[in-house]
Amino acid sequence: MIPSIPRPRAVRLIYNAYVALFFFYLALPLAVVAVFAFNDSQFPSLPWEGFTWNWFFGDERPMIGVFHDRSILRSIGTSALVGVCVAGLSVAVGTANAFLFNRYQFRGRSVLYVLMLLPLVIPGIVLGISILVFSSTVANGLWDRVGYDAEILRPGLVLVVLGQFSFVTTITTLVISARLQKFDRTLEEAALNLGADRLTAIRTITLPYLAPALIGAGVVAFLMSFENFNTTLMLVGSDAPLTITMFDRLKEGSTPLLNAVSLLLMVGSSLLALVMIAFQRR
Amino acid sequence: MAQGTKLGFYLLLTPLVLWLGLLIIIPHIDMALLSLRERVGVGEYATSLANYRGFFGEPIYMWTFLRTAMMSMLATVVTLIIAFPVSYYIAKIAKGRVQSVLFLLCLVPFWVSELVRTFGWMILLRETGLFSSLLQWTGLADGPVEMLYNDVAMMVGLVYTSMLFMVVPLVTMLESLDDAVIEAGYDLGGSGASVLREIVIPHAMPGIVSGSIVVFMLSLGNYLTPTMLGGKDSLWFTELIYSQFIVRFNWELGAAFGFMLLILSSLIVWVTLRLTGQTLEKTMGS
Repeated sequence: MIPSIPRPRAVRLIYNAYVALFFFYLALPLAVVAVFAFNDSQFPSLPWEGFTWNWFFGDERPMIGVFHDRSILRSIGTSALVGVCVAGLSVAVGTANAFLFNRYQFRGRSVLYVLMLLPLVIPGIVLGISILVFSSTVANGLWDRVGYDAEILRPGLVLVVLGQFSFVTTITTLVISARLQKFDRTLEEAALNLGADRLTAIRTITLPYLAPALIGAGVVAFLMSFENFNTTLMLVGSDAPLTITMFDRLKEGSTPLLNAVSLLLMVGSSLLALVMIAFQRR
Repeated sequence: MAQGTKLGFYLLLTPLVLWLGLLIIIPHIDMALLSLRERVGVGEYATSLANYRGFFGEPIYMWTFLRTAMMSMLATVVTLIIAFPVSYYIAKIAKGRVQSVLFLLCLVPFWVSELVRTFGWMILLRETGLFSSLLQWTGLADGPVEMLYNDVAMMVGLVYTSMLFMVVPLVTMLESLDDAVIEAGYDLGGSGASVLREIVIPHAMPGIVSGSIVVFMLSLGNYLTPTMLGGKDSLWFTELIYSQFIVRFNWELGAAFGFMLLILSSLIVWVTLRLTGQTLEKTMGS
């Protein structure tokens, strides 16, 4: 079934209709979330009570908009902070991993490569609890042995960052490796012949070549961190990232405020994705 | 290796070893040890299989475990069946601009949080939701219809949430299939079905396997969708883990549950790879 092989008209029509239906299915929940952000009512459901911006800018009860809701704003800040940390760490380690697997042949390489892929096939919630268990083992051990209370090893933002970093790094490693593999090593050798030392060659030739992959990996890492729920849920302390705050709100019952936050998230991540695509094109 | 590159090698190796050692391997060993621990008194512990006995001895735990596995497999199969024709369309029928636009459209829902997607389905399916209103408006239903909090709603959510992870590997694999090979299949007298069975599907196999593994993993480990869309009877195994850890504070039993989930997922991934003759490096590394 390819364009060069003729097909009955009916088959083609049904196929096209199926694909159209699929995209309708994909778009429907998001469209609904976006539209009800503007409903002038306490509930994100029909009947439609008219158009309002209050769920974004409203500053008095019962309609407090996103930009006046302290706890939502604070958790957006928390999520952004966690995302930046995770992106920075995982791109740094991912780059080191990519160079290691690309440039060195050593014993145990293939075992390490499989281990590196492993976080992809461990359920997020299991990653979360294993890190929770281990960090409290260490913290309790420190407390029993030396009487030191290691606050950072208790559930909180540090653990959230570590938990997300533990699986995002696999993704960044794969993204950066893919580009490094296509790199023409003779360019680096040319730099060495021209008198550059190894680090200078990597800094001035290889890293600029890798830049699109580094930025791409960073954006993907940031988004994955921002969206993550499972691992974060097990490791979160008192400062909740946005997904956790929204989850708690949603359990209490939803107002169009959540739609407004969701719409902002959609716009934000689409913009980031566009930036990323623009960088890949260059 | 020269002296300089040897130093470089160890410098590059260190972060990898620290990452895998401190965040993946040792925590999982620690979790396994914890799951083998039994509280025998205040602050006193003994090594035993009590937690696993508790798991196998309690029908509700076993039942939830098996149900989660079966439902995740079902979600994987449904996702594959829905995604395959669409991926084929994107890879082989759509051309040029349309192709890249359709592909990008597939990615869009996954740039937003799973929470937002689940929330969208709640707005659609609940008693006061859009579908219910639509049914009443058309006269197909007399009163509000509750479509949320059951297995079907949960399945819709699971399939929706993991669709991307099936479409992307499938499109990638199908795109690499040369049109001429399909034409040759027809020239040799193959019908649509036999070309699909003997040419297209075998070629797409690595994509099917990696997509299925990821979708299965995501469904199995999902917490949000079963909690928000599933009903009282659609308990998910991750909810048991969560309640043991956070609500009941019985970490030993929770660790045993976590380990069971890990074993189940590894086993199924391993069997799938074996049956289809693929390797983890090939399916995940590309």
